[in-house]
Amino acid sequence: MKNVDIAIVGGGPAGLCAAITAADLGAKVILVEQDDALGGQLVKQTHMFFGSEKQHAGTRGIDIGTMLVEQVESNPNIEIMLNATAMGYYPDGVLGINQEENFIKIKPLKMILATGASERMIAFPNNDLPGVFGAGAVQTLMNVYGIKPGKRVLMVGAGNIGLIVSYQLLQAGVEVAAIVEGSPNIGGYLVHASKIRRLGVPVLTSHTILEALGDREVTGAVIAKLDEKWNIIKGTEQTVVVDTICLAVGLTPLTELIDQGGGKLAYIRELSGYVPIHNQELESTVSGIYVAGDLAGVEEASSAMVEGKLAGAVAAKALGYKPKAAEQIIEEAHQELFDLRSGPVGAGIRAGISKLQEVRQRC
Amino acid sequence: MRIKKHPILTWDKGKKVKFFFEDKELEGYQTETIAAALHASGIKEMRESEEMHRPRGLFCAIGNCSSCLMIVNGEPNVRVCVTKLQEGMRVQRQLGKGELQR
Repeated sequence: MKNVDIAIVGGGPAGLCAAITAADLGAKVILVEQDDALGGQLVKQTHMFFGSEKQHAGTRGIDIGTMLVEQVESNPNIEIMLNATAMGYYPDGVLGINQEENFIKIKPLKMILATGASERMIAFPNNDLPGVFGAGAVQTLMNVYGIKPGKRVLMVGAGNIGLIVSYQLLQAGVEVAAIVEGSPNIGGYLVHASKIRRLGVPVLTSHTILEALGDREVTGAVIAKLDEKWNIIKGTEQTVVVDTICLAVGLTPLTELIDQGGGKLAYIRELSGYVPIHNQELESTVSGIYVAGDLAGVEEASSAMVEGKLAGAVAAKALGYKPKAAEQIIEEAHQELFDLRSGPVGAGIRAGISKLQEVRQRC
Repeated sequence: MRIKKHPILTWDKGKKVKFFFEDKELEGYQTETIAAALHASGIKEMRESEEMHRPRGLFCAIGNCSSCLMIVNGEPNVRVCVTKLQEGMRVQRQLGKGELQR
């Protein structure tokens, strides 16, 4: 049994920032990551980030990842566990971990869960054919391993991920036949959409995918136009010849561990599905267990980093580490989150968070 | 298909290794996953589903969805999207439910 101040599950942007903040304040931290490297999804984000200087705006996600990982690796208060999957949290406060077929038990005083999110799927015939990928998988193949997912792609979804991954496909030398988006509006930033359109890729709003074609692999897709009530307009069906269909239809929080550990969940559409109920200091309904990043509600990586910082400072402060310095970090983080979520782009998240606070008061 | 030229990224692929997919000898790199090496050789079909025997491939590529389970060195249910390639590995499509060897 290992004893430690804070166990953090997940080595993505939120987990890394939580670890750095808590360790800098003096807490001893164990960072648990299921992959063989830290960085989470930052390792494939080749685009430059938005936000402000504090969240490293103007720097590519991949470089932010490298920088955070270096800070974690050089911090003597952080122990890193790679290839380690957190399997369960038990009522006696023990976190069970499977690391390369060994079962390891950790008893932390506080725990920060930053398990991230998984790709969402939408229903259409043949959506299980090889060649239908989640957008994250396409990024992994291209940006981590330098491999093209196919020759010609249909992108489903014109949110930021759909737009950015389309641009990355073009950078990799893959043809993008079109982007279809069910909503009448482009969900992502217009600066991304304009870049794609200038390169000749049609962004078809009020369009959806009806089915994937192919026997053993994708050989095409049928798309069609939708009316204002999202009904298919007959006669607008058309076949596009593609060998790859990329789904950028959102993410949903990975709540298994917090759910199993006794944390209550609530369905909040604006936060992308079931999320752990938590307060403004990110504490779940289980005392001493905090949540950060996409697990707390799917947002941009910039907000995940700030939430990590917030959770790290709150947990360290609760253990009595440099309370004044921690308090200052907490205040700064709240301000940064407020700024990131301001304006029309943050309207959904703001609505989601106020719904969550209502649910919390009731439980 | 490997990317030949990229405006931002370069890849340090490390040592080349040989492995087997079904009976075919293929090449890949030690730094990449089995799934990545198979896609580099144009192989997308990784298994058949348990009941309907439908072909399945890579979907999430980060070990969450279990769409890419294959038989590796005789062991079934290996998530090839998070398992690194090794010299001489034997990789097979998994047809239906994986059976553990006795």
